[in-house]
Amino acid sequence: MYLGECTRGGVSTRPPMPAHHHAIEAVWRIESARVIAHVARIVRDVGTAEDIAQDALVAALEHWPKQGVPDNPAAWLMATAKHRALDRLRHLALADRKHEEIGRDADALQSTVVPDFVDALDAARADDIGDDLLRLIFTACHPVLSTDARVALTLRLLGGLTTDEIARAFVTPEPTIAQRIVRAKRTLAAAQVPFELPKAAERAPRLASVLQVIYLVFNEGYAATRGDDWMRPALCDEALRLGRVLAGLDAQTAEVHGLVALMELQASRTKARTDAQGRPVLLMAQDRARWDPLLIRRGLVALARAEELAPLRGPYTLQAAIAACHARAHKADDTDWPRIVALYDALAQAQPSPVVELNRAVAVGMAFGPAAALPIVEALGADGALRSYHWLPSVRGDLLAKLGRNDEARAAFEEAAALAGNARERAFLLERARELH
Amino acid sequence: MRFLIIVKATAGSEAGVMPDQSLLDAMARYHEELAAAGVLLDAAGLQPSVLGWRVHFGGGQRRVIDGPFTETGDLVAGYTLIQVRSRAEAMEWSRRFPGVEGDGGEIEVRPLFELDDTEPGEACISASAPEAV
Repeated sequence: MYLGECTRGGVSTRPPMPAHHHAIEAVWRIESARVIAHVARIVRDVGTAEDIAQDALVAALEHWPKQGVPDNPAAWLMATAKHRALDRLRHLALADRKHEEIGRDADALQSTVVPDFVDALDAARADDIGDDLLRLIFTACHPVLSTDARVALTLRLLGGLTTDEIARAFVTPEPTIAQRIVRAKRTLAAAQVPFELPKAAERAPRLASVLQVIYLVFNEGYAATRGDDWMRPALCDEALRLGRVLAGLDAQTAEVHGLVALMELQASRTKARTDAQGRPVLLMAQDRARWDPLLIRRGLVALARAEELAPLRGPYTLQAAIAACHARAHKADDTDWPRIVALYDALAQAQPSPVVELNRAVAVGMAFGPAAALPIVEALGADGALRSYHWLPSVRGDLLAKLGRNDEARAAFEEAAALAGNARERAFLLERARELH
Repeated sequence: MRFLIIVKATAGSEAGVMPDQSLLDAMARYHEELAAAGVLLDAAGLQPSVLGWRVHFGGGQRRVIDGPFTETGDLVAGYTLIQVRSRAEAMEWSRRFPGVEGDGGEIEVRPLFELDDTEPGEACISASAPEAV
């Protein structure tokens, strides 16, 4: 990934490429979120904070190639940004006073844009970057924003991704993403969303929004297919990184660790999910030697932490526990299906959805046989919520085939093939239908 | 991208002498920073080579050779595994690795083979496959 450009307010400007460009880009990648978060606490507006942080980056691009990268580039960036933020407040305060002198009412401006100056200086002195980062995450994922806007703003402010990178990752035109980010910042400013941690009563839903955004980013990358832009799989890594950062900032919340565990465990299977030709390989057929043992270990540790914090498991922790059952089985045949069924039962309670129900049916079929699972699938079919979801007839076909009801199974696979979105899956399903002749 | 930061052994580490408290503190701080940035995957310090051994493959048979080994600069005393977004970012993190000026210590950084290096273009499949939802 390259910084490659400096983007301000959605407009790209390309500065000259100095020799230190890569080093500066790397420092920016590492530090930008912390700088933005800290400045946001001073100026109380994330849009302004990002502009100021970008100004500090531009200053680095000007000075470092001439004077060399400083010994502590992080401190340099932070100090430069902080000075600019305080300068800005001073100017606003001055302008304010002038306005008052000529009899204009600046009360509105003062109350919303200019926080107490002494307060700002105190904030500048306080070295609580972790707290600032957490505020920034909660602000970027604020419910006043649409889900799309939360995702784009999080990747932009917390991930330091450029609009171009976000656009490529989501296969969306760059101007659309740029617009989305500009509007999101305006919405936050217009709604006067305070740069604060949510109050106790709001904390659970606000955190749910943060976790949802991170998992959405992860799934966007996980769903990427061969030939997709390389930025798409990079989303998995970025979501994992954000999850790990959050787990450090909010170490006492079980579901944060649950989500990290889920992502670590799913990411551990990345290498095994496609064959040499790029065709999908289903979980039970994967070569488990290709699973990443380090990510599995990290996932299991995060899961244990989540379960220790909350005996009553939330949806992410439950999904991680299911993934862990697979991770612990060295061979597909060793899978503890009854345990997976129990976990899906709990998940269906905690977060009922037809997709969870379908997965529960698969687990029931594996644990107790196709005859036990078929009624669950038939009920889902009657319900109609998964009408266009090809996995529903696909699972039904699999159960029917196991029960020896070949004609019905074949029809189900053909139905699934007709619904399948991509050619590889369609070919796979038609092949299964043909085998039943 | 994953990078392994390899900490080379010194006469001191081979003699089992613990580093100064100030260096240990700096190491702990550095690893906390890596973790806070979400890039730390794994890290460990290794005991001196006198407690280890080598298995030599050659001449159709395997030979076990007990430590200690003398070529100090080639020995490993510890490692830190990070996952970052670019080579430049790994470079920046490695520049921040704590060490004592002038004690002759050294770290070496090596990129790991990635999915893309062995199987160009390989990525992931549809997330809609019924597996762990």
